[in-house]
Amino acid sequence: MNDSSSLSPDDITDVIPHTAHRHVDTSAAQFLSKNKTKLVLVGNPNVGKSVFFNHLTGLYVDVSNFPGTTVEVSHGENPKYAVYDTPGIYGVSSFNDEERVARDIILEADIILNVVDAVHLERDLFLTLQLIDMGKKIAVCLNMMDEAEDRGIRINVEELSNRLGVPVLPTTAIRKSGFDKLEAHIPQACPGRSDASLHRHLHELLNCVGSQAEGLMVLEGDKVIAERHGVEPGGDRELIYVERRNRVNRLLDKVVTATERKKTLSALLGRISISPIYGFPFLAIVLYAIYLFVGQFIAQDVVGFTEKTLGDRYFEVFVKDQVSSVTGTTIKVEKIGRTAAGNDTTIAARTYVFPHGTHADPVLADQMKAFRKVGLNSINYKYSSALAIIFFGEFGAFSMTVTYLVFLLLPLVLGFYLSLSILEDSGYLPRLATFVDRSLNGLGLNGRAIIPLILGLGCVTMATITTRLLGSDREKRIATAILQFAIPCSAQLAVIAALLATAGIKATLIYTSIIITIFIAIGTVLDKALPGKSTPLLLDLPPMRLPRARNVLQKTWVKTFAFMKEATPWFFVGALAVSILQVTGILDMWVNLLSPITTGWLKLPAEASTAFVMGLVRRDFGAAGLYAMHLTPMQVVVALTTITLFVPCIASLMVMLKERGTREGFTIWVGSWVMAFGIGGLVAMILL
Amino acid sequence: MPTDITQLVDVRRGTRGTILSLPEDSELRSQCIRLGICVGASVLCIERLPGGTIILEASRQEIALGRNLAKQIGVAIG
Ligand SMILES: Nc1nc2c(ncn2[C@@H]2O[C@H](COP(=O)(O)OP(=O)(O)O)[C@@H](O)[C@H]2O)c(=O)[nH]1
Ligand SMILES: [Mg+2]
Repeated sequence: MNDSSSLSPDDITDVIPHTAHRHVDTSAAQFLSKNKTKLVLVGNPNVGKSVFFNHLTGLYVDVSNFPGTTVEVSHGENPKYAVYDTPGIYGVSSFNDEERVARDIILEADIILNVVDAVHLERDLFLTLQLIDMGKKIAVCLNMMDEAEDRGIRINVEELSNRLGVPVLPTTAIRKSGFDKLEAHIPQACPGRSDASLHRHLHELLNCVGSQAEGLMVLEGDKVIAERHGVEPGGDRELIYVERRNRVNRLLDKVVTATERKKTLSALLGRISISPIYGFPFLAIVLYAIYLFVGQFIAQDVVGFTEKTLGDRYFEVFVKDQVSSVTGTTIKVEKIGRTAAGNDTTIAARTYVFPHGTHADPVLADQMKAFRKVGLNSINYKYSSALAIIFFGEFGAFSMTVTYLVFLLLPLVLGFYLSLSILEDSGYLPRLATFVDRSLNGLGLNGRAIIPLILGLGCVTMATITTRLLGSDREKRIATAILQFAIPCSAQLAVIAALLATAGIKATLIYTSIIITIFIAIGTVLDKALPGKSTPLLLDLPPMRLPRARNVLQKTWVKTFAFMKEATPWFFVGALAVSILQVTGILDMWVNLLSPITTGWLKLPAEASTAFVMGLVRRDFGAAGLYAMHLTPMQVVVALTTITLFVPCIASLMVMLKERGTREGFTIWVGSWVMAFGIGGLVAMILL
Repeated sequence: MPTDITQLVDVRRGTRGTILSLPEDSELRSQCIRLGICVGASVLCIERLPGGTIILEASRQEIALGRNLAKQIGVAIG
């Protein structure tokens, strides 16, 4: 997978404007291969581009089904071509990041492989005709022929090819049917029959802009391209679009015959999921299923084993034993037993001091070994060297961080992405977005934002990355703020739930109402305060279908891999930062600084401030620290409110800074400190 | 023939109509046209959610429109 380079849309859009007015070639041109023929896959969302991409490159990168989720550009090579997979788009223009990215890559393409969905020709041929009007060399793949057949849609492929003026190959990508002809199909790519009336206008422009493709973009009012060539953008986009739309309709009249669709189960489910009456129970069942799978099975059973047993008991002990063999360490071993009530309790404890490491004192080391041999131990290592603490200590990059990433986060992220992939592949996700659209409008968001919001309950870092799929910067900003302030991640949720269970139903209700109120308040206030308008929902709903195991698993794996790859460095950076703060004593200073606020303003025990600062490292550490404190139920509410609103973990801060920029990121970060203590204090005033 | 303009947001489930007007905003308008929601297109409202989210069938596709968008689209019923 190493030769695949992928850029987030932000990277691309960031780079292009700076170089654009200075050079004729754009940085898209620099990003793309120079030696080989550039084959670019273009198509609407969910038409099967990624399946083609994988076939052509033998390299799996991304498969996604929610309109617009494929925000990354995947690149792979085969002996003949440099192949690019572009984000799914409805047309070439610059209405959003995905389109801008796709546009720039299309402009640089040598050959375009346009994948269209045979079931959705009405939608897809608009893009095809636009590509043809751009004058590019095009080969069309008419995909999803199996589904078209199932629905009684007959397409005269030869006629279609004649009318478009480009070769058309019918395929069923998931069965690789038609793929044997692909190799011969691609080189036949040629410019198609473009709109004659456009041709004249384009000819006039050609002198100034150099290519028909860019000429068309200018005619259609694309400001960026117009500026690149120092010409005025055209004002006739709408006329051109309407005419193109009509051409699509005329063409389809000649090419497609559809027998009446029967009422299929898929159609029925599709209706139920967006019905005002049944939609809600449907949603409830889906959410409950996800909760059972991710919240119960993964978060408790799987993580309980991987984190507590594999991570803490084996991995960390193993690593720390290695380190303590060569460096000065004080090792405290506690024997854990069960009380009659079934709680863990320490039945014996011994402390072993190795000033030069266990290796230097084999006698004592053997004694320790013997003591550790039977029963369960809880072992605490205190290193004398700062370096050992930073890398292998309590928050060490190679101890805690690895446990956290591999044994806690990885199973959770896998679980969430698996659920998400099933929802995507089944076609329910866009319906869910539709169903909740109105409820999110008041927060300045549209239905699409439900995806990052749900993912946030898994991992705020992961969700922050997913805000990319939102339509405008304004929405990304609002969603990120809500995520960082008001959504507790799963690591935190587990501890919160446990604490609330001991605090009782009243405390639970108060806490939940506070968080929900704040959730709504943040969105509402930001929606009012931020300039501009959010984009309204405009989605096409794909048919509901049975998800395919192979595709779902691939997708899950690819997304998980991409996330881990992107987030892992930040978790290490966070751990390093905190370990350094710990070693230098700044962490303690911070705790001390917060103590008066904690006791005076929040009316909590002073130790609670340690819990708050620990929340920096891992959100759940913060909440976990509250366990030991014997708080009253109302104190629990105050503490949990503070800790939920409070600073997300360092990794999510880092990712937020990257996604949203330093200024906005830090504003949200500082804001969360102020909010957490402000609101926590208010709640304390009322309750305590 | 009288052509009463109804806002799409007020159209009831199961109603057929013809699009008469599109949003002011040129980008939104272009996005609608791309999806086959253009002036003169005939559409069927297959669902209307409380609050005004509309699901249309237009040229054999199902398209969901948020309330704020549906408010800006005019249709003639029937
Ligand atoms: N029935 C059927 N499903 C397909 C076909 N090609 C792709 N798919 C499925 O359609 C979905 C979208 O495919 P994907 O490659 O992610 O589309 P992309 O968004 O264009 O990259 C996936 O669930 C694929 O398994 C096909 O020919 N027939
Ligand atoms: Mg894709």
